[in-house]
Amino acid sequence: MAENLQAPAKGVASYDQVKKEHKLYFNIVERRKLWYSISLTVILAGLISLFAQGLNFGIDFTGGDMIDIKFDTVVKQADISKALESVDLKGSVQLSAGDTEAIIRTEVLEETKRDELLKTIQEDVATYDTKMLKEDKVGPSIGVELRNDAFKALAVATVLMLIYISFRFKFIYAVTGIIALLHDVFITIGVFSILQWQIDASFVAAILTVFGYSINDTVVIFDRIRENEKRMKKRDSFKEMIDKSVWQTMHRSVNTTVTVLIALFAIFIFGGVSTKVFAFAMLIGVFSGAYSSIFIASQLIVTIKGKLGEISK
Amino acid sequence: MKRGNIIKLTATVILVIIAVCFSIQPLTDSENGIPLGLDLKGGVHLVLQAEPGEDGVPVSKEDMAKARAIIEQRVNELGVSEPFIQVDEDKKRVIVELAGIEDPDKAVELLKTTAKLTFRDQEGNILLDGTELKDASAGVDSSMGQSGFVVHISFTPQGATEFADITTDLVGQKLGIYLDEKMIQNPVVSTPIVSGEGQIQGYSSLEEAAEYAVLLRSGALPVSLTVAEKRQVGALLGVDSLNKSLIACLYGIIFILLFMLTFYRLPGVVADISLAVFGLLVLWALYGLNAVLTLPGISGFVLSMGMAVDLNIVVYERIKEEIKLGKSLRAAVDAGFSRAFLTVLDSNITTLFAAGTLFFLGSSSIKGFALTLGIGIFASLFTAITFTRLLLRWIVGYKPNISKAWFGVRRDA
Repeated sequence: MAENLQAPAKGVASYDQVKKEHKLYFNIVERRKLWYSISLTVILAGLISLFAQGLNFGIDFTGGDMIDIKFDTVVKQADISKALESVDLKGSVQLSAGDTEAIIRTEVLEETKRDELLKTIQEDVATYDTKMLKEDKVGPSIGVELRNDAFKALAVATVLMLIYISFRFKFIYAVTGIIALLHDVFITIGVFSILQWQIDASFVAAILTVFGYSINDTVVIFDRIRENEKRMKKRDSFKEMIDKSVWQTMHRSVNTTVTVLIALFAIFIFGGVSTKVFAFAMLIGVFSGAYSSIFIASQLIVTIKGKLGEISK
Repeated sequence: MKRGNIIKLTATVILVIIAVCFSIQPLTDSENGIPLGLDLKGGVHLVLQAEPGEDGVPVSKEDMAKARAIIEQRVNELGVSEPFIQVDEDKKRVIVELAGIEDPDKAVELLKTTAKLTFRDQEGNILLDGTELKDASAGVDSSMGQSGFVVHISFTPQGATEFADITTDLVGQKLGIYLDEKMIQNPVVSTPIVSGEGQIQGYSSLEEAAEYAVLLRSGALPVSLTVAEKRQVGALLGVDSLNKSLIACLYGIIFILLFMLTFYRLPGVVADISLAVFGLLVLWALYGLNAVLTLPGISGFVLSMGMAVDLNIVVYERIKEEIKLGKSLRAAVDAGFSRAFLTVLDSNITTLFAAGTLFFLGSSSIKGFALTLGIGIFASLFTAITFTRLLLRWIVGYKPNISKAWFGVRRDA
């Protein structure tokens, strides 16, 4: 290859400079098919699990009653089941916290039935502090609404972001940004399906947050691509420009992801049970978001432009 | 000028520390501080669905307004400090949120009861309904030789006339007093009650009498309400969640502050001070808006904090790049800041679209999340252009040839 005789534009780092600066440098663009296959494998595994076993929907979605009791002593699962039977109820009992806490799930209970059940448990199983009681009762129609409202909010947000990015950048950026975002949402949902973790209303909040975070993460890289694209000369390679842009923003991508993950780990470890699902979903989403911003969104621009014949493959 | 900048910088740091110290008390005051949601202080969230009557008459707007008024009255009787009651006209629902309530069970019982009071004869025919009832109050009556707990009832002039007729007809017979379909009292009418004042006897405690009095006094609900959704959190459990969240946030914040310090050194100090200002802005904004802080709200705060940290990282990385390109520190700070700010402006606005959509379309818990996220985005952008930039300029202004290592740039670069 002929030596580049052109001096780099003043005040702009050259591709070589950027490469030299990162000890771990490797060409991301050239390996894009590898990144796609990693993502596709994870997404495919998630999809298979979704079709095979679906999601473990909690009562927030299916409707029902969930009572969380912290007992004063250790209790036996059989005793609680017996208490349920004695008031003609079917339901699942899950013990935790060294068998001192029980989560009971049943169909939607009438208030009188619920009082009867709690009284039976208090008398026949073990005593508990009513001030530590948690109860969620969700009618079936509410659960359907929660899902529909979330879908509606996601759809509207997607369209708005698509318009905004198209307006500020280009349509192709908007499309790949949204693909990366859906990638993160699918991976998060997929992991929850594979692990069969029960999802509740906070999962919806987490998905929506991943949605917001993922695009935020991607746009910063797009911004750099936009800036470098403007400075491109005719004979400059588009692929090299993308690779350079991704590496120029690498410190930021890594540092931001690390700080956010640290904060989420803190919530996951120290936060209450109710925030665990949220924190875990966010951990997956943020990790996937960082991956997709670097390895999917930016690389898809190269792939799509290649298919359109705008750049050499 | 240089000395002036050191003084300004030190003064700012002290001011921020003072502001933080003086903000803790008013913001966390249990009475007048940022109100906490029921997931953090215990309480109950109820969605009451109005069902059309047996005759299939749809629920009217007036019915909903009346139901709301009655529920409001009943809630006030419970003595909850800041009840939240909202009517969803489209879905025919009344949403009630009672944070910090001592006995949620009792509240649910009280709110869902239709409490239609009727006076019936022995055959169960309705003679008079409770709409003509003016007042009901609990009391102790000792006139009958032995003391007992009673509910005094009094009627409107119209009701008094009708009640006089009924009691005249039924002297010596039993009069059924029904709350909904439940007969709560079946006294023998000893004398005609013409004054419009009567009393129901036979309660086991003053509390019981008072509860019934509330039900009677607040009148009959025009529609029957079923509990479509109930979320109940015990008071101690709420405190437990609050403490755990605070500890989680505290650890998260300490880790972030340390990370920024080790990685970005002097600008890391600026970032940490900026984050403190950002946190204060968000919390005071919540305080000013009288917004209720919930668990999802705290999550929104954490996310916006993450984005505020990202903003600082984008700015400093850009400044580092400019330094490496040979610019002077001062020029690098100016160029880096303005360029990086445009970058984060785009990314923040994109996220703001998501937050806005969630705020307008989401359910109440998601709204809380979207609100803190939205406030956080504005606060972080505002802190950056006013505070962070100023501080950075002071630093480079104060010592232009300050070692670039202070900016985390490797010497060999």
